[in-house]
Amino acid sequence: MSSSPAGRRTATTAVASAASESRRRAARRAERLFGAVVRTAAFAAILAIVLIFVFVGREALPLLRQGQAPGHGEEIVSWASLAGPTTYPDRPPRYVWQPVSAVPKYNLLPLVVGTLKTTLVAILFAGPLAVLAAILTSEFAPRWVSQVVKPTIELLAGIPSVVLGFFALMVLATWLQGLLGVRYRLNALTAGIGLGLAVIPIIYTVAEDALAAVPRSYREASYALGASRWETAVRIVVPAALPGIFAGVALGFGRAVGETMIVLMASGNAALATWPLTDSVRTLSATIAAELGEVVFGGPHYRVLFLLGVLLFVFTFAVNLAGELTVRRLRERLGGRA
Amino acid sequence: MRSSKLVAVAVLALCGAIPGGPARADDVTVKGSDTMVLLGQKWAEVYMASNPGTKIQVTGGGSGTGIAALANGTTDVAESSRPMKPQETEAAESKTGGKVKVLPVALDALSIYVAKSNPVEELSIPQLRKIYTGAVGNWKEVGGPDRPINLYSRENNSGTYVFFKEHVLSNDDFDPSAQTLPGTAAVVNAVAKDPDAIGYGGIAYAEGVKRLRVKKDDQAPAVEGTLENAQNGSYGLSRELYFFFVPGRNAAADRFAEWTVSPDGQKVVKDVGYYPLPNAK
Repeated sequence: MSSSPAGRRTATTAVASAASESRRRAARRAERLFGAVVRTAAFAAILAIVLIFVFVGREALPLLRQGQAPGHGEEIVSWASLAGPTTYPDRPPRYVWQPVSAVPKYNLLPLVVGTLKTTLVAILFAGPLAVLAAILTSEFAPRWVSQVVKPTIELLAGIPSVVLGFFALMVLATWLQGLLGVRYRLNALTAGIGLGLAVIPIIYTVAEDALAAVPRSYREASYALGASRWETAVRIVVPAALPGIFAGVALGFGRAVGETMIVLMASGNAALATWPLTDSVRTLSATIAAELGEVVFGGPHYRVLFLLGVLLFVFTFAVNLAGELTVRRLRERLGGRA
Repeated sequence: MRSSKLVAVAVLALCGAIPGGPARADDVTVKGSDTMVLLGQKWAEVYMASNPGTKIQVTGGGSGTGIAALANGTTDVAESSRPMKPQETEAAESKTGGKVKVLPVALDALSIYVAKSNPVEELSIPQLRKIYTGAVGNWKEVGGPDRPINLYSRENNSGTYVFFKEHVLSNDDFDPSAQTLPGTAAVVNAVAKDPDAIGYGGIAYAEGVKRLRVKKDDQAPAVEGTLENAQNGSYGLSRELYFFFVPGRNAAADRFAEWTVSPDGQKVVKDVGYYPLPNAK
């Protein structure tokens, strides 16, 4: 958006110096038309997002008002049952997600824990790998290495997530179990690493662009002062590109939170609220995917699933907002120093 | 396959939401149990091949959904893997003004799977309940090696999940550590790979795993889930699969329902992997 006034100015001067009044007017009209098209497209995208949020929120709303869904009035989902834990007469209370039951249990904590665990593993796995790979290809590797590594990593982004999920389910799970001797084949670690594979290209691409965008003059100034390649990369280029790298990680985080197929296939889908990363988990996104297909339309279970959607939406929105704010602050700080 | 089925269900659900005129006289809609979707579709396919004038649509959604649709008049036949509750029968009869016919159409024997290397051969239903609610967590407590028990279960939209929860757990909750897998084939695959595993599912799927003999209670004899034991009722986890419909409301639906219990219809049951009824002609 911000480039359009500049584009208009250069276009106008170029035309003015060369051509007649009518041609200039036609060009201006085309310019205006193009501007309108771009604006419409941008607003359509924003409108779509708002509409999706309104739709998802509206389906969950009756639940938040503690009302009863029409036609299914026999069940009410109370705040206590969403917050959990479920209590039993003969055993200690525990967090239970079992919406299809004589008495449905909708404790949300296991799903939130599951989402956080897989996302954390994914970011801890993918973040360092992707950022280091970006530093390697932009700063150190010879040209031919970069020309092989860069497209290869970017090709990862083209692998459908169902294929990554299948890989995690069949290969990665067996391999990790053999390596770590864990009890459950499918667990947060397996799913998280599978997710990481989907996240690497996102972080890598954004970080690589950020590093490449650092002006050549910074590097030259550093070399001129006698700094080595390492010193230049670590102390000049990476700090200057930090906002971009951070933005990449935030984007990757958002993808990992919302990604569905990989976790649905490789996480084991047991709704456990426990600490170990080698326990099976059930994520918000996988729960929606697994259950929405055959739920009673408009019933309490249906509404709770939409509430999960709202949670996911709020989650990714908060992460993106925090990422954006941090990037802005970093940019101000670094901009001031440069 | 599964996703295309889901799409079909979604599309039909949408169509159902739009009020439309009554279907053609020879159109039959069948809705309900997900356990029976494959069976119902196969029945429809075979029946339509020999009765070209009749069009049968079969969708899932769950037994409860099918029964509700029967009461609302949006389906001619409700497929169900459980009997109707009295208040459901009452609702259906007061809304349709007819008498609901309960027609058992097939038998299913739910199997308990363990890995082939597991020395355990039999479990009682109370033991299964303790295992799946988390009260028993080690194989040595039920006569196996000193190893933890890894639970495999089904997604909660599965009719098999509901049957297991009702008949084995007596409506208690599954232990949260039970991994939920998207289909019986996935359960069998996971159990085959995990020496500490236990899983449950339909009789027709048990490839590469061991099926346990089941005791109705701790004193009862251990019984294998064979055709004979399912038919004479000695296998504790056998269940009837039903058609519910209101005779006289749609003649084509009545003819189709009666055909499923004919020898031709019962042959399809066997082909799909369930057991035909004991008194099948």
